[in-house]
Amino acid sequence: MSSQTADAKAIRPQRSARQIRKNIIARLTLILLCALFLTPLYWMVVTALKSDQELSQFPPTLIPHDPQWSNFAEAVTFIPFGTYLWNSSVITFFSILGAVISNPIIAYGFSRIQWPGRDKVFYFVIATIFIPFPVLMVALFDIFARIGWVNTFLPLIVPMFFGNPFWIFLIRQFMMQIPNEISDAARVDGANELQVFYRIILPLCKPAIAVVAIFAAVHAWNDFLGPLIYLQSESKYTLAIGLQFFRSLHDVEFSLLMAASTLVVLPIIAIFLVFQQFFVEGLSVGSVKG
Amino acid sequence: MVYPIFFSLYLSFSQYSGFGSPVWIGLDNYTQLLGDDVFWKSLYNTVYYMVLAVPFGIMVSMIMAIAMNQKLREVFIYRAILYLPSVLPLFALSFIFIWLMNPRYGLFNLALVNLGLPSINWLGDPKWAKFSIVLLAQMGAGATALIFLAGLRAIPQDLYDAARIDGAGAVRRFFSITLPLMTPVILYAVILGITLGLQVFIQSYIMTEGGPNQSTLFYVYYLYQNGFSYSQMGYASAMAWILFVVTLILSIGIFRWSRSWVHYELS
Repeated sequence: MSSQTADAKAIRPQRSARQIRKNIIARLTLILLCALFLTPLYWMVVTALKSDQELSQFPPTLIPHDPQWSNFAEAVTFIPFGTYLWNSSVITFFSILGAVISNPIIAYGFSRIQWPGRDKVFYFVIATIFIPFPVLMVALFDIFARIGWVNTFLPLIVPMFFGNPFWIFLIRQFMMQIPNEISDAARVDGANELQVFYRIILPLCKPAIAVVAIFAAVHAWNDFLGPLIYLQSESKYTLAIGLQFFRSLHDVEFSLLMAASTLVVLPIIAIFLVFQQFFVEGLSVGSVKG
Repeated sequence: MVYPIFFSLYLSFSQYSGFGSPVWIGLDNYTQLLGDDVFWKSLYNTVYYMVLAVPFGIMVSMIMAIAMNQKLREVFIYRAILYLPSVLPLFALSFIFIWLMNPRYGLFNLALVNLGLPSINWLGDPKWAKFSIVLLAQMGAGATALIFLAGLRAIPQDLYDAARIDGAGAVRRFFSITLPLMTPVILYAVILGITLGLQVFIQSYIMTEGGPNQSTLFYVYYLYQNGFSYSQMGYASAMAWILFVVTLILSIGIFRWSRSWVHYELS
């Protein structure tokens, strides 16, 4: 008996020594990876702060000698930054609005109400995830051109009011977990379907709707191909398209471009830091799909 | 969703510049595509990119996930830092990478030279341009890594304990336990990687404009050019339909093929 405990004691330090070694390797790997993954952001900020003269210095400096904070002021006047910012914000705002209105309603229809063929229709909606946007873009452009929506924000905003298969799926999964008794009890108390949805189910789904709102915001802010196709006059451009104007035929104003990029990326980083948990939750729904 | 896809099919059988009405020309667009060298080049580039990017991305994500799966107190910090780049706008990352990969003033070559390696003309050399875009795509690896991490955490610890008692080493444990049990998640990453890989566009539009020597002229880029620069919307629609069918066939094919290597016992 006593020899056994002695053995266990002998094994334990050995084991933890191995664990410590494993942890050191894991830490070093992760720190190295983190450094690599932060390099682009670091280089963006460093470049944004360099003067033209320092920018053309060889070898390139890792830390700006004389940080040019004025680059930021210059960047927002070099291009009509304010206009683009406003356009991006308007599109993002209405995208969030469309996403949080449409997706819960559709998800409710696919989870809390029974109707013939419901699940078949749902699988069909999910299958549309496999239709990439580039497949549709020419036809969509032509359809929007015929109704006079090209060069307006409408083709970027209105589809958001018709739901997105991923987000419908995400909210539906959430709604499926709510026991049916809750809805039934409300119905017995005389609530109609709209009241059940609005008063009972919707408040319970707040976390899922928050995930969708955040994803919709990031999606709209980051969208490049949509604005590239639909927006034609410069006054309608978003930040995604506007950044290209730091490029002229022969030259790129890299320090100004990086200063503007910093400003464009900053809101996304802020949203990410504040709502990190929601981002992770949104991903885990994705993994359920596999 | 349904109407545009059929409208796109109709357009693919027409000649249409975007003005007036489409003129029915039957299969002409498709036969013309078969003889279009640039079409084949763009298809080749895209497949090349996918074959490089998908396995590379899965490897990077797997290494990240395994490292994050160790019991480290500050793991949430690593998780946040590694995940962050994948939510940043791709257009901004593309601009940043132009400067990172600048042959003379870029950080990448500065690092190579300091390591005593020859510098690389990342985006200017047709041999390197596709790989450069694969590197940029790794900024999104953190998202896949978190999905992998969830998969790793679902593997019961007793399996590892039992294997260790049987004398299996770390490498053996990875290939006999971790990898087989991770196959459903890997399948998800493969399908996602292929769907996204077929759509690669923004990076080459911003960084290389399809060059050098058409080495980064990807499928969707050529589709975009046909539809919106050359006003050949019928031709572009035929390309769109081919892309649709290829996406479908690849996805179904991989699902079928996956039955021989995906293990569902525990999930």
